[in-house]
Amino acid sequence: MSEQRRFIPWLPFVTLLQKEVRRFWRVASQTLLTPIITASLYLFVFGATLGERISVLPGFSYAQFVIPGLILMGVINNAFANTSSSLFMSRYLGNIVDLLVTPVTPAQFILAYTLAAMIRGLLVGVAVWGISLFFAELPWANPPAAIGMAALASFLFAQFGLIAAIYSSNFDSLSMYSNFILLPLIYLGGVFYPISILPPPWAGLSHLNPLFYLIDGFRHAILGVGDLSLSIAFGVGILLASGLFGWAALLIGKGYRLRS
Amino acid sequence: MIPALSLQNLSKTYDGVPAVRNITFAIERGEIFGLLGPNGAGKSTTINMVAGVTRIDSGSIEVFGHDNRRDYRLTRRLIGVMHQELVIDNFFTIDQTLRFHCGYYGVPDDRAWRLQLIERLGLGPHLHKIMIKLSGGLKRRFMIAKALIHKPPLLILDEPTAGVDVELRHTLWDFVREMNTHGTTILLTTHYLEEAEQMCGRIAIMNHGDLVALEPTAALLERLGGRTLLVELRQPLVALPPGLERCGARLAGSGSRLEVPMNGGPDAGEVLGLLCSQGIAVADIETRRAGLEEVFLKLTGIGRREREGER
Repeated sequence: MSEQRRFIPWLPFVTLLQKEVRRFWRVASQTLLTPIITASLYLFVFGATLGERISVLPGFSYAQFVIPGLILMGVINNAFANTSSSLFMSRYLGNIVDLLVTPVTPAQFILAYTLAAMIRGLLVGVAVWGISLFFAELPWANPPAAIGMAALASFLFAQFGLIAAIYSSNFDSLSMYSNFILLPLIYLGGVFYPISILPPPWAGLSHLNPLFYLIDGFRHAILGVGDLSLSIAFGVGILLASGLFGWAALLIGKGYRLRS
Repeated sequence: MIPALSLQNLSKTYDGVPAVRNITFAIERGEIFGLLGPNGAGKSTTINMVAGVTRIDSGSIEVFGHDNRRDYRLTRRLIGVMHQELVIDNFFTIDQTLRFHCGYYGVPDDRAWRLQLIERLGLGPHLHKIMIKLSGGLKRRFMIAKALIHKPPLLILDEPTAGVDVELRHTLWDFVREMNTHGTTILLTTHYLEEAEQMCGRIAIMNHGDLVALEPTAALLERLGGRTLLVELRQPLVALPPGLERCGARLAGSGSRLEVPMNGGPDAGEVLGLLCSQGIAVADIETRRAGLEEVFLKLTGIGRREREGER
């Protein structure tokens, strides 16, 4: 019975990734459909109604301005939600031990959770973009940069989700990360208005918001114009993503709040 | 031969309170080894350190000769753990979860083995139900299948029969014996001491984080249990007969039963001769070997009522 079976070193990673993707796919009405409907409502309000009367960027309709921000908002929210809810629920229900007793390495653990979160975030982003075609067409000035920025944002917030899931002791504290950190950062990060139209102190303060760099960079890659250069947006994004990845890797590598 | 599991000076402290104190023992290949102790004795902490769920403060653990921290990717493949708590993922079915578990251990799905586990543990009719819809007994069966899906040579069962009905207990123990016959080493903890007595070749008893006994089950019972002579009397006595006061004898059943420990004092013939010489009529006699429960109570120093309360 107990003969040794062939060990495939990468199989634990692929299996965990597969499980994480199937987890959100199984409840697609919550994990994919709900954010798509939310984004569609934003598009309807800002694209088909109010948007007709607002202009914030010369040469572009308000719908064209706001759509990149809404796409990235969907990507960020869902990447964060995927890692944070999955890891927190595993801790909360105790089934995290099912992973802790297996040969899954910390690197495989982080990458599988992260990649699944990125897939969910990017799926929502693509769906929001698809629906936005009913309201406005985007020029797609630099598609590789746009895809790169969306991937970077989803990676960054997947790490943030892992960290939030590890530090949270209950559902309330987990929702605080979402309601008191993520939501204000998104709404004040330039999704609905360009930071450049703000008076000086507020514009200056907005530069402290990491979301500003991601949203502006993504919009710049799509529309061809932005408050910042693409290199600055990517530079800050990569720096932040590396910092959060290092933090998450440290926590998971040490088994902080995972192993007793 | 390298043992299946070797623990050397293992210690663990939680917030300054020692949970496991410098314990050392080894489990030979092919053994069914019982790790017993009252709640809070340190059994689950020990098991969790072996499995890698709990960090080791000091000491070392080797699984088939491999250090479980340095070579964790290898040692975790050599171990299958069934945890005490019902640990399930409500998103998936039994079939999906078993396949995932095979993958987590880095081994390709062995369909024949998976089907054998499913059939042997009676999981077939429930294969495509999600976990939340399973009864407690089915969840236990599933957890055994999950622990064995990667064919580990060392199976750790932490209270596998807690809260399950008699029929399922028999099914589980039969299955565990079968696994053992096919070469799997078993480490188990249980509160059902009669089961441990029947199943385990050797037993370790922990109390307050210390290892207080470790020997073959029969030797442990012989050394600490001994035998007792039970004499049913025709007429109740109000006091012990002269000659039996100093050998640990006692009267029970309102004086109608005499219990005499057979540990170096008078033997059965001498006791009966003594009673006859004093004109005490004997209705029946019986000798009883002490069970693991008595040994356990003696070593852990807890009352029977407390233990029954733990169940």
